[in-house]
Amino acid sequence: MLLIPCPWCGPREDDEFTFGGEADIPRPADPDALTDEQWADYLFMRDNRRGRHREQWCHTAGCRRWFIVERDTVTNEILGASTYGNSS
Amino acid sequence: MSQPFRLTQGGRIHRDEPLQFTFDGRPIDAFRGDTVASALLANGVTLVGRSFKYHRPRGIVSAGAEDPNAFVQLGRGARTLPNRLATVTPATPGLEVRHVNAWPSLDFDLMSAFGLAAPFIPAGFYYKTLMWPRRFWPLYEHFLRHAAGLGHAPDAPDPDRYDHVHAHCDVLVVGAGAAGLAAARAAAQTGARVIVADEQAKFGGGLLSTSERVDGLPAPQWADAATAQLSSASDVTLLPNTTAFGLYESNLVLLAERLHTDQPDNAGAESGARVWRVLPRQIVLATGAHERPLLFANNDRPGVMLAGAISTYVNRYAVVTGSRAVLFTNNDSAYRTALDLVEAEVPVAAIADVRVDPDGILPAQTRAQGIPIHTGAVVVQAHGRGRLAAAELCSLDGAPLGTVECDLLGVSGGFAPALHLHAQAGAPMTWNPQIAAFAPQPSHDIHPAGAVTGQLDLASALRQGTAAGAAAAAAAGCSNGHTPAAPQAAETPTSDLKPYWLPPGDLARTKPQFVDVHEDVTLDDLRLSLREGFESIEHVKRYTTLGMGPDQGKLANPLATGVIAELLGRDPASVGTPRHRPAYSPVSLGAIAGRHIGELADPVRVTPMQDWHESAGTRFENVGQWRRAWYYPHPGESMHEAVARECLAVRHRVGILDYSTLGKIEVTGPDAGEFLDRVYTNAWKRLRPGRCRYGLMLGKDGMIFDDGVTARLDHQRYLMFTSTANAAPVLAWLEQWLQTEWTDLRVYLTSVSEHWSNIALAGPRSREVLAAAGTDIPLAREDFPFMTFREGTVAGVPARVFRISFSGELSYEINVPADRARHVWEALFDAGRSFGITPYGTETMHVLRAEKGFIIVGQETDGSVTPEDVGLGRLLSRRKDFLGKRSLSRPDSVRPDRKQLVGLLTDDPAQVLPEGGHVVDAPGRRRPLPMRGHVTSSYFSPVLGRSIALAMVAGGRAALGERLYVATLDDDRWLPARSCHPVFYDPQGARQHV
Repeated sequence: MLLIPCPWCGPREDDEFTFGGEADIPRPADPDALTDEQWADYLFMRDNRRGRHREQWCHTAGCRRWFIVERDTVTNEILGASTYGNSS
Repeated sequence: MSQPFRLTQGGRIHRDEPLQFTFDGRPIDAFRGDTVASALLANGVTLVGRSFKYHRPRGIVSAGAEDPNAFVQLGRGARTLPNRLATVTPATPGLEVRHVNAWPSLDFDLMSAFGLAAPFIPAGFYYKTLMWPRRFWPLYEHFLRHAAGLGHAPDAPDPDRYDHVHAHCDVLVVGAGAAGLAAARAAAQTGARVIVADEQAKFGGGLLSTSERVDGLPAPQWADAATAQLSSASDVTLLPNTTAFGLYESNLVLLAERLHTDQPDNAGAESGARVWRVLPRQIVLATGAHERPLLFANNDRPGVMLAGAISTYVNRYAVVTGSRAVLFTNNDSAYRTALDLVEAEVPVAAIADVRVDPDGILPAQTRAQGIPIHTGAVVVQAHGRGRLAAAELCSLDGAPLGTVECDLLGVSGGFAPALHLHAQAGAPMTWNPQIAAFAPQPSHDIHPAGAVTGQLDLASALRQGTAAGAAAAAAAGCSNGHTPAAPQAAETPTSDLKPYWLPPGDLARTKPQFVDVHEDVTLDDLRLSLREGFESIEHVKRYTTLGMGPDQGKLANPLATGVIAELLGRDPASVGTPRHRPAYSPVSLGAIAGRHIGELADPVRVTPMQDWHESAGTRFENVGQWRRAWYYPHPGESMHEAVARECLAVRHRVGILDYSTLGKIEVTGPDAGEFLDRVYTNAWKRLRPGRCRYGLMLGKDGMIFDDGVTARLDHQRYLMFTSTANAAPVLAWLEQWLQTEWTDLRVYLTSVSEHWSNIALAGPRSREVLAAAGTDIPLAREDFPFMTFREGTVAGVPARVFRISFSGELSYEINVPADRARHVWEALFDAGRSFGITPYGTETMHVLRAEKGFIIVGQETDGSVTPEDVGLGRLLSRRKDFLGKRSLSRPDSVRPDRKQLVGLLTDDPAQVLPEGGHVVDAPGRRRPLPMRGHVTSSYFSPVLGRSIALAMVAGGRAALGERLYVATLDDDRWLPARSCHPVFYDPQGARQHV
């Protein structure tokens, strides 16, 4: 079990949250400018990093806000949580 | 019964509170404070079960959770629990106890013939033998199931209630013996929030069965005082009868608390139990140690017990477990048992000590009592049939030392730390040669204390416990600057243990010598496993079933490590121990399930019209968590007849549908139109207020994710309908884009699914019904055309009315506040009577929409279907970007042989195709038969008087009219059909525009 620090609600058990995969993969500004390979890379390819990993979580059963958690994928230690800019 | 083995005084039992329970129907006298095991022993019951494989007679071995034999069935009927340990179950009035593993009875056991056959059923026997001939397997299985029984399940649903508790604390102390109580005291005095759990009914652990003193008090009295002091402290929670059975990631600890164990009316079983999910900041592990058994022939005979258990029964329960004892040891602790037995006036006929020169205080005191001590000596065989009668001794070099008559043989092979919880979490352990066992390594958040560290004496336990409790509290941020003084006990210098695994020379060949008493795994089985190449301890475990019983090999595994090491000539540290896994001891399924059963297993969502539907005799179907009206049969009507009647009513007159379950999301804000433009494939910004539009939502991969109508309520306000099952995923999807990518958009989403009920009127007379029910909305075609919406009142209730249609008929979807919906439903129904209004359910809805070729997301689509695939390419805007657009030009998305939506008309109009049926070009027995596609929807259409089906067929749109076949489960039966355009009824869409 993980104790996830929601930036708005405080630490809560992981069953209140939804995992949203790797963070920092913005949708390309002009998808039509990408080759099929580049677009497939955006759609399907993820790094699956060992160690520090920035990932998206949503406090589904709480405030319903998405935020970013930094987690060590080896130890599952949670190193921090941050909000998205301009998030309202 | 007279309790012939009960001492007249001493012990921690309440002689003034006698009680009676039954064992296999026979009354057993006991006192409050007894366990089931201590009472059985006091009554001279030595046979409590038969062994798992050979059905050898077995007796009680221990006084705790490590016992391999003392599994019993408690209670009866619906309130019965198998696999409870007699050694930790408090004796209570009226308790019904039964043996679990003897067939047909304990005294006469048919299966013990297995014991005679033992040489023929070694480890691996099942793997090698019972697999063939294969046709005999059902026979084997029948026999094995009878043989393998470990108790039986309740014969009716459990009437008791089980709960889950979620708790946090600073320090969790597991085990309330000397170390645990000292730790809890030290932690509590800092103000830390402390939880203390112990599997026994009474706190104190080993303190309750020792004659030593703590801080000048007899140890049991000190335990009572410490417990009382803790229970009066604030922020300290004491949980007796509670087993910590699992330690998981992030130090989540699961505790099973057995409740009401002392209530007389519960037929003995725990009526209710609680599972605690505790997330402590720090853990003090004071779980003690388990005494290790020793190998000799027939070491499973009833009467062979752990030496420490003998002392516990004497000191704590005032029960002597035999009348003449022999002790066999490789360490000092059995000498304490010798002294306890002497005190209880049980003669000790001999002590066999593996060590040549035991020089501790206890051996000296024992020698002074005149007890014969054989040093450098071992027990090599137990004699006696149903019960121990004598022990055969010899010296370490194999010289016979004679046979000593006895009915009690106390063994002690040293102590193995109970590090199960620690090891479950994957925390490191190290081999400690001092005790010849693995011990836990402390970590920053787990603090072992007491016997679990390998330090077995009382003074060390008190010292370590105090230090661990203070350290844990400090690490949890609760220090008050001083560590309390540890309670004091006399130091007892001991001499070292001498590891002893295998009997000397050929004596290691006498049979049978049990390593795992519960699973009937013998020394020979281990040898066989190693000989066949299964040398890793995990392989040995799987090959022999070592440690796989409900006792989890608590006694067997520490012994097996040393035995395997010696057989292989390796260091025990490198042999290791099988992986420890939860649960530490059996936990009832009821406790694990908690309240999540029956109607609370999953929430049930109903609409405000639920009662009306029920009183109309509706059949319901589950759609996600919703209960939806499926169809409304008249008395005597089949489903087919009811659906046909409902369909024709909508096509010819008017029907009424409870469509409240549809997802509804309000999208508001200055950028709402821009937002919809991005998430829907078509254009929204120029939709005028008051108008509705059908939209398709795609995933990033271009595949259809959801569809539905969205209406523009006013300039900055839209109402989006989603499919019933997708309401939550769509909202989550939209929120994710708004919150993580498009944070500049001023858009706000509100789920209003439950606030607005939706009643659909459909059919040519629906306009007249709506008018008759009373509305201030002008209903003429030119005032309120198709795909628009109006606000007003319906039957006196404020309403949003949408002229949209999922049936292809003139239709109004009337949204009213949920708390007024029942009133509006009845008003519409009453107004419709003279027009022949007919309530219809989801089945009719599906038939009507299939006649019109309307897709259902999740039925025609499966996450691999694009808009073009279902013929909705016209909804793809070319002038703007939208989610999924780029994916639609990927090579795979434009393959001409993608599956496409077509209609199917069977040659036989009465033949309804099976949904999911595979579509092929021609029948054949060739495998694999190339598959063209599959049937997605299939119904009998009453208005067309024939069957219709929708299918996804590769390249199907370019070949409309082609001959196809649909496979059935019968290899020789193929259903011929022709493909067609997927709109079967009113292809021009004239009926919905009237």
